[in-house]
Amino acid sequence: MSSTATVGDLVSQPYKYGFVTDIETEKIPKGLSEDVVRLISAKKEEPAFLLEFRLRAYRQWLQMQEPDWAALGYPGIDYQDIIYYAAPKQQEKKASLDEVDPKLLETFDKLGIPLSEQKRLSNVAVDAVFDSVSIATTYKEKLAEHGVIFCSISEAVKEHPELIERYIGSVVPSNDNYFAALNSAVFSDGSFVFIPKGVECPMELSTYFRINSGDTGQFERTLIVAEEAASVSYLEGCTAPMFDTNQLHAAVVELVALDDASIKYSTVQNWYAGDENGKGGIYNFVTKRGQCRGARSKISWTQVETGSAITWKYPSCVLQGADSVGEFYSVALTNNKQQADTGTKMVHVGPRTRSTIVSKGISAGHSSNSYRGLVQIGPKAVGAKNYSQCDSMLIGDQAAANTYPYIRSQQPDAAVEHEASTCRISEDQLFYLQSRGIGFEEAVSMMVSGFCRDVFNQLPMEFAAEADKLLALKLEGSVG
Amino acid sequence: MIRPDAPVLLEIRDLHASVDDQTILKGVNLTIRAGEIHAVMGRNGSGKSTLSKILAGHPAYTVTAGSVTYNGENLLELDPEIRARSGVFLSFQYPVEIPGVSNLEFLRVATNARRAHRGEEELDTFAFEDLVRERLAVVQMDPVFLDRSVNEGFSGGEKKRNEILQMALLEPLVAILDETDSGLDIDALRIVAGGVNQLASSDNATLLITHYQRLLDLITPDYVHVMAAGRILRTGGKELALELERTGYDWVDQELARLEGGRTPVEVG
Repeated sequence: MSSTATVGDLVSQPYKYGFVTDIETEKIPKGLSEDVVRLISAKKEEPAFLLEFRLRAYRQWLQMQEPDWAALGYPGIDYQDIIYYAAPKQQEKKASLDEVDPKLLETFDKLGIPLSEQKRLSNVAVDAVFDSVSIATTYKEKLAEHGVIFCSISEAVKEHPELIERYIGSVVPSNDNYFAALNSAVFSDGSFVFIPKGVECPMELSTYFRINSGDTGQFERTLIVAEEAASVSYLEGCTAPMFDTNQLHAAVVELVALDDASIKYSTVQNWYAGDENGKGGIYNFVTKRGQCRGARSKISWTQVETGSAITWKYPSCVLQGADSVGEFYSVALTNNKQQADTGTKMVHVGPRTRSTIVSKGISAGHSSNSYRGLVQIGPKAVGAKNYSQCDSMLIGDQAAANTYPYIRSQQPDAAVEHEASTCRISEDQLFYLQSRGIGFEEAVSMMVSGFCRDVFNQLPMEFAAEADKLLALKLEGSVG
Repeated sequence: MIRPDAPVLLEIRDLHASVDDQTILKGVNLTIRAGEIHAVMGRNGSGKSTLSKILAGHPAYTVTAGSVTYNGENLLELDPEIRARSGVFLSFQYPVEIPGVSNLEFLRVATNARRAHRGEEELDTFAFEDLVRERLAVVQMDPVFLDRSVNEGFSGGEKKRNEILQMALLEPLVAILDETDSGLDIDALRIVAGGVNQLASSDNATLLITHYQRLLDLITPDYVHVMAAGRILRTGGKELALELERTGYDWVDQELARLEGGRTPVEVG
């Protein structure tokens, strides 16, 4: 194909995870009201403080407007046409995996996330979330020996209500933004991680989110707390079936790092992106924020965003503790009609806080890919430093890339550096590689992975190769 | 070295080609046998570089008539990467920079693609490092360039050395060097020419595309072809290049005028 193929011929290969699991589901009727919020809370047998939290958020949400400042275009979302709670029919949480519906285990097997004892990943503990509920968490006992709590947030509400009450909404207040308020009102499940003082989490923790129902929104909530000198590396993965309609995903992730603690949060997002004409796909409106509360604490976000029809996501760090460190490494790939508006916020509050932003956007097809980032240096952030690098790569001549960096500094003694570049995979570069015996697709994938190398180097070992493969797949040409 | 019984590696017959609907080649004929070094000379716009790009399979050029046979195969039917794997090599006049792609990794993937095509075992990173370090000597290149991105930030001379390094690794049967001398100072030119001479053997052939005699002082051609208006106007031995150096290209204009005067183009030689 190569001699006649042009760069513009690159198209996505069919989405591998587009299947639907046929399982009986308990759903509540469509629509959102105070009663629905109460119903969700009641179904989860939540304590009063949480119902209060939800209701407050719901009332705030009613007063808020959907944000329209992002470089995204989509038809309005009808919030009354969404189901806010769906769960596979089975008893709530199983004591052992043997009791979990085999269909669910099979689903995760198919997704490459084996949960059963004999096949599970050897050094990764997994929490598997299916629509609105967590169905299994592996290695819980082993982690408990170290004092590490890793379970679904619903379970944590029951088992550790004092921790939930102390930390939930403490990083992302329920009125933070429209989608965070919505999530705070109706969140269903997600993961909870607690690493006690001085403990280095002995294995990678991972949550895998699967949307299965066609008309259900997924509103997961994740909370990770690392106490003094604790450390953890956490990875999130996500897929969804192919539907002609759009599903709403509005998650909230909160991270808290106390003195000398470190949290590394990695995401490989592969939600269904819609077809080549932009039909279907996930609307991904996510609020992720970490707070470096303690001195010398560190929070690092690494994201590989390849899916979703719409991505609206700005994993951020509030650098409160003196000498704390925030990092954001991102690869966002859009193809066909996908739209992404993603970036980060680094809010420097404490003295000598440092942050690094490395963003790589790749746009192919008719997609649009924007980086939007804020670096804010407060009046007390003496000696704060930021380095930002935003690179865009265009594939073909129909794709768009934008960079919107915002810098606000109230501290004269701070150093903020911003570099940006845009490049295009040119026919000449491809021809050069081809003329050395390298096939067309391999040439493209070499250039794309070269472009992303700085970010992939940040991913946990087990997932770096995975991410590389994922990008290659997403760009694989089927034009012969 | 001319051996009339040597096998023909490349046979170009009446080749016509265009780019953006503009006809550039208007009937090129050229036969290259193993062991030979050919030089194609001519002014800018005579079609020299187009010829080299067409042989390598550049997608922007369209062959409208004629044939190219390489080692018994129809070269024009092969994708550019297959041509490279089968032993056709083009050293670019302006090698492109490829940021983010490690030069070492690029060289290894390219070398292995060629090796696999020849039925040889692919080299792992360690074995390849040994090979590449040995071949660096051909162009006296500093190993530090292996750790950079492909051609990124290389000077003109370093880019050309990197091209010849690729040639040393890929061991082509037909190497086409497109104005390899352009932008080189005399020292770099000597090193690059020395590399080409080391790699030339009785099994392979070299096609030099150049404006200047100075490259041919260092690499002695068996044949010199003068190209103008998309054709080879005259073919001779190395003395033809020297003659051109003395007389310039004025006679070419006269020759062309004569041809445009209604006579069918003839192969001169």
